[in-house]
Amino acid sequence: MEIKEYFSLVFSDYTLRTITLGTAILGAICGMLGSFAVLRKQSLLGDAISHAALPGIALAFIITGTKDTNLLLIGALVSGLIGTFWIRGMITKTHLKSDTALGLILSLFFGFGMLLLTYIQKQPNANQAGLDKYLFGQAATLIEKDVTLMAIVTGICLVVLLLFWKEFKILLFDADYTKTLGFNTRFIDILITFFIVLAIVLGLQTVGVVLMSAMLLAPAAAARQWTNKLSVMIVLAAIFGAFSGVFGTAISASQNNLSTGPVIVLVAAVFVLFSFIFSPGRGILFKQIRFWQNRRDLKLQKTLQFMFDIAKTHEDISHPHAIKILNNFQGFTRGSLKKMEEKNWVEVKGQKWSLTQDGYSAAKNLYTQE
Amino acid sequence: MKKIAIRVDDLTVAYNYKPVLWDIDLTVPEGVLMAIVGPNGAGKSTLIKAILGIIDPIAGSVSIYDKPYSKQRKLVAYVPQKGSVDWDFPTTALDVVMMGTYGQLGWIKRPGQKEKKASLEALEKVGMLPFKNRQISQLSGGQQQRVFLARALVQNASIYFMDEPFQGVDATTEIAIINILKELRKAGKTVIVVHHDLQTVPEYFDWVTFLNVKKIATGPVKDIFNDDNLTKTYGINYKVAVNQ
Repeated sequence: MEIKEYFSLVFSDYTLRTITLGTAILGAICGMLGSFAVLRKQSLLGDAISHAALPGIALAFIITGTKDTNLLLIGALVSGLIGTFWIRGMITKTHLKSDTALGLILSLFFGFGMLLLTYIQKQPNANQAGLDKYLFGQAATLIEKDVTLMAIVTGICLVVLLLFWKEFKILLFDADYTKTLGFNTRFIDILITFFIVLAIVLGLQTVGVVLMSAMLLAPAAAARQWTNKLSVMIVLAAIFGAFSGVFGTAISASQNNLSTGPVIVLVAAVFVLFSFIFSPGRGILFKQIRFWQNRRDLKLQKTLQFMFDIAKTHEDISHPHAIKILNNFQGFTRGSLKKMEEKNWVEVKGQKWSLTQDGYSAAKNLYTQE
Repeated sequence: MKKIAIRVDDLTVAYNYKPVLWDIDLTVPEGVLMAIVGPNGAGKSTLIKAILGIIDPIAGSVSIYDKPYSKQRKLVAYVPQKGSVDWDFPTTALDVVMMGTYGQLGWIKRPGQKEKKASLEALEKVGMLPFKNRQISQLSGGQQQRVFLARALVQNASIYFMDEPFQGVDATTEIAIINILKELRKAGKTVIVVHHDLQTVPEYFDWVTFLNVKKIATGPVKDIFNDDNLTKTYGINYKVAVNQ
């Protein structure tokens, strides 16, 4: 199937529509909440939470014996939350730094989850096949029920976000200050963290335990490049996330069913790469261009300063001097002299240059800041 | 007799068994401009944070105008250390100042025209109005400090706590800030400042607290800002050491 064909089928084919809608919603909610994680410098928390969810899925299966998605996701939610609280407990109660706590919980829970998965695979239960889809995700297994659940959670998340917008924003920026204003920062904090865990759990079926954190971080990191406004950043992150979901699904469906999770993550990574290079304010490209411009301007100013030093020893500031006395050490080239002529700083006659009144005052004000 | 603005009783704070503040009793009368001085690690910032409930003390109580601090939060404004936040946060100077109104607004309610007007006035007062829409990372250190000050001013509090507002700012900003602090005092507000520069204490402040884990002394600058207390606090004879 070609990508073109895919997009023509999206609106008519029920399965494709469901999957596309699902990955789009997932991308949007992850982008939104991922912005919070990135701004709180808790980027790795998402990774730890998603890995911590794995044993919950396995245990839920062992206990219930069914593969009902909702039941498994409740298991994931519970063990994800336990992991999160253990991380927070370790950070506040011990001397361990947060990266150590995150790393410990991540590998501990993931290891336990893998152990349970292999145990399940050894069981003579025909039902057991397919649990490993939670490792790398399988968007093709999304059904309408799953997508409805995602939509409901995203809706609730949006309402909470709008209600507590002011509280979220101030907590993200300055938690101590928020406390002195009388807000219960613990409540706000738990609310944000709970929704991040929820978004991660929702994404496990589609993107999988291993890659889930990229869904949170990539759209947010890309969005940060384009704006200096929190609201715009969150909307942009949601859009980037949704597009990553749709394009990822399209590419994976049209290319011999490439695994969807990794493709979505790679598409998100392209957004990040593009943003890092091409965003006007923070991108590498424009930074480099500004750097070159500055260097060129500085060279001109250096020459101008030199000319100024010569000119001011004369009664007539426009007294002509030989071009020969200028050299490359003062940033002089034929080209730069021409540029200075264009700026009306100097007049060039034959092999002689003379400073103009404009050039004189420009040089005089060169190093006096406004 | 002046009213007591702040009363601290038996305040003790410890990080991992090591006391950072030991049994602090402190009363601050209304309307003073007070410096808290002491060496690094003396617990100056910790004292402010413990009073404001940012850090949980292991013992002690704080009252503001004779009522527990938790009931009087709206009377208190705080200017944290400039380095305590990430200035790359996607927001503008005006937006940061508006945060000062959030406490009065309470949960969920959004700031409106009234809050915006008050915030613009506060920015004007600290000379930052031209920068109101500037992304905060593009402000200089002194400008960031002024924005923080404006955020506290907009709270329209009775008591101001400031954690090293003069750290890393140039002379112009320092003068601008101290003039605002003196104005606050004139308006009958109480201002408590963690301060590092001993030279300027007599010039800027009328009240001082010497702190080094324990409270060494507190009172009017003209009575207690002397060699004896400086030596007790810093462990060396400050003036002699400087002149060597």
